[in-house]
Amino acid sequence: MNIVVCIKQVPATQKVNVDPVTGVLKRDGVETKLNPYDCYAMETALHIQKKTKAKIHVITMGPNSAVDVLKEGFSLGAEEGWLLTDRKFAGADVLATSYAIASGIRQIKDVDLIICGKQTTDGDTAQVGPEIAEVLNIPHISWVQELVDVDDKGLTVRQDLSELDMIATLPYPCLITVEKGIFQPNLPSYRKKKAAKDYPIHFLTADQCEGLDQKRIGLSGSPTQVERIFTPEHDVKTMKLEGTGSEMARQVVKLLRDEKILEAGE
Amino acid sequence: MFKQVTEIDKNALEAIVGKQWVSFKDEIHPDYTHDEMTQYGCYEPELVILPGCTKEVSKILSYCNENHICVTVRGAGTGLCGGCVAIEGGVVMSMMRMNRILEIDENTMTCTLEPGVLLMEIIEAASERNLLYAPDPGEKSASVGGNIQTNAGGMRAVKYGVTRDYVKGLEIVLADGTILNLNGKTSKNSSGYSLKDLIIGSEGTLAVVTKIIMKLLPKPKMMTSLLIPFDELKKALEFVVKVMQLPEVATTIEFMEKEVIQDAQDYLGKDFPNKEYNAYLIVSYSGNSTKSMETMIEDCAELALKEGAIDVFISDTEERQSSIWDARGAFLEAIKNSTSQMDECDVVVNIDKVAEFCQFSKELSARENIRIRSFGHAGDGNLHIYVLKDDLNEEEWQRKVKICMDELYAEAIRLKGQVSGEHGIGHAKVEYLKDSLEDRQIDIMKGIKAVFDPNGILNPGKVIK
Repeated sequence: MNIVVCIKQVPATQKVNVDPVTGVLKRDGVETKLNPYDCYAMETALHIQKKTKAKIHVITMGPNSAVDVLKEGFSLGAEEGWLLTDRKFAGADVLATSYAIASGIRQIKDVDLIICGKQTTDGDTAQVGPEIAEVLNIPHISWVQELVDVDDKGLTVRQDLSELDMIATLPYPCLITVEKGIFQPNLPSYRKKKAAKDYPIHFLTADQCEGLDQKRIGLSGSPTQVERIFTPEHDVKTMKLEGTGSEMARQVVKLLRDEKILEAGE
Repeated sequence: MFKQVTEIDKNALEAIVGKQWVSFKDEIHPDYTHDEMTQYGCYEPELVILPGCTKEVSKILSYCNENHICVTVRGAGTGLCGGCVAIEGGVVMSMMRMNRILEIDENTMTCTLEPGVLLMEIIEAASERNLLYAPDPGEKSASVGGNIQTNAGGMRAVKYGVTRDYVKGLEIVLADGTILNLNGKTSKNSSGYSLKDLIIGSEGTLAVVTKIIMKLLPKPKMMTSLLIPFDELKKALEFVVKVMQLPEVATTIEFMEKEVIQDAQDYLGKDFPNKEYNAYLIVSYSGNSTKSMETMIEDCAELALKEGAIDVFISDTEERQSSIWDARGAFLEAIKNSTSQMDECDVVVNIDKVAEFCQFSKELSARENIRIRSFGHAGDGNLHIYVLKDDLNEEEWQRKVKICMDELYAEAIRLKGQVSGEHGIGHAKVEYLKDSLEDRQIDIMKGIKAVFDPNGILNPGKVIK
């Protein structure tokens, strides 16, 4: 059995500049880390591996330096890495990214299960996982909160739909995206990192992906028009109230009334 | 015996600070009767006063000194030995109204603080300017004044030292109301006896601190922690001695055992990233480049594996750091939460004796059939050992806790350690301090106390009797 975990290198800080012309994140020179949600995906794969003895692959798309995130995947327990790296993939929106990654996954033989984190912390769209499943035409469940059961035929998962929980059983091949908290992720292991020195990493260009339609990748395969990308402003203002407890309570009530949060006389 | 606080005294003190900053007898909030360790008893002050400036502190002390009213100075009340509790009644002077960060001076790399500023506020203010407030006591809601009075330590002491190492200058008020400035922002001082250093760690028995100048450092850009599991605590602690000999000094070296991690998980409702093994160390490194960090991590990890560690787990992102440090930060509360009552000791021994001391506490636990939990700063030999009451009846608990504490302190002294590493003496550990020091040392301390506070009004019954 083969599990593919989709992982991504994201900026380690929120202080990332945006190119004012292209609206693309300036990633050069910025410290990176494994997308925190992908840690939950890796841990889910490891739990499934314990029951099924599956082999875990990690796949990512990015420049050559993204090989580091695959190596981090090895130190978490993966055994084979796949890096989609080609200028032709650059500038991809979620649709083109999903198509490229799905094409990469097609190059891995006998994939039974694909696991993604719920979303990435840089893009925040939460669309790539489900779109990969659509491209591959396999069933998927997003926002999986609990792995109820798993064997070599399929898995049963609980999905949080806010108002209700859904429990679903999926046969392989399928894809799930997992929520933060499904399992507590372990930390990267130095022993595993050392052991992984000879683990294979496959570099895939667009030309090497069999069956890939080059019109569907990169900027030209991206219908999304980005008007502006910006870091959300955290404009939290604080004020300090002084006085005795009752004086300060009166000041709070006045403030809440001024802001129309409390009605006069309430 | 001190004079009791009367209506006349109350009126006189109200005239200094304003009526709203004084509470008298029945109006006093119960929080003022204890610190974090209620098991050392609750004691009601007769009056609580919150001065707003140094002049008011001076007038209050001058009045109390003339009228022989005792004064216990108090910060955020997060102490662990009853140091800020008014065991002789009298006045509690809370410094929490004097809570301003007066200045952050980037030229001299110092900050000037009032005593009621909380540790978390200093850390944030320094961090905003890319500066590091190096002392790192676990309780971030403690006040800096309290940290000075106990010479609080913390987890980063391995590399950076303790509160004392960062105090550049103090403004103090003596018992008779005299205001003194001890040193300032200068980096060196060989000008006579260091009175500043006498005040640090004096637990409010010598003077009241009203202004503090602290040294700041450039903030390291990176921090990585290694979570290192061992199959037994002894092996982990023996490794600590070796890791201290590596070329780069670790920022933090903490030890913990499986049971305490379980307590923290239960308390926080959050899983620890790895909990399969019996004992763990957290070793942290800070630095400014990826390359230097990689070298430090590799050196430590290779040594750990050579010395019998099961693996070395790398915590290098904010989320990963929070998954281990949130648990570490909750140990005290988690242990407290796991039992009905507890007593603690905060001894410090040489780092090559930590394993021996921990083994002793395990044997004591088995011999007395009582639960003892421990964790602590393996890198500086400061251990926190907690004796837990669980379902023992009161009589049995009192008997056993006395035996355990007596034996733990005696063992610390036998190993040439000290009674308190960072919590102080307060009133709870006075006898143990007395037993641990030579009579002549105690006499000198008493002499110092008499010079600073001839009438003995400041925090009576604490540190030395």
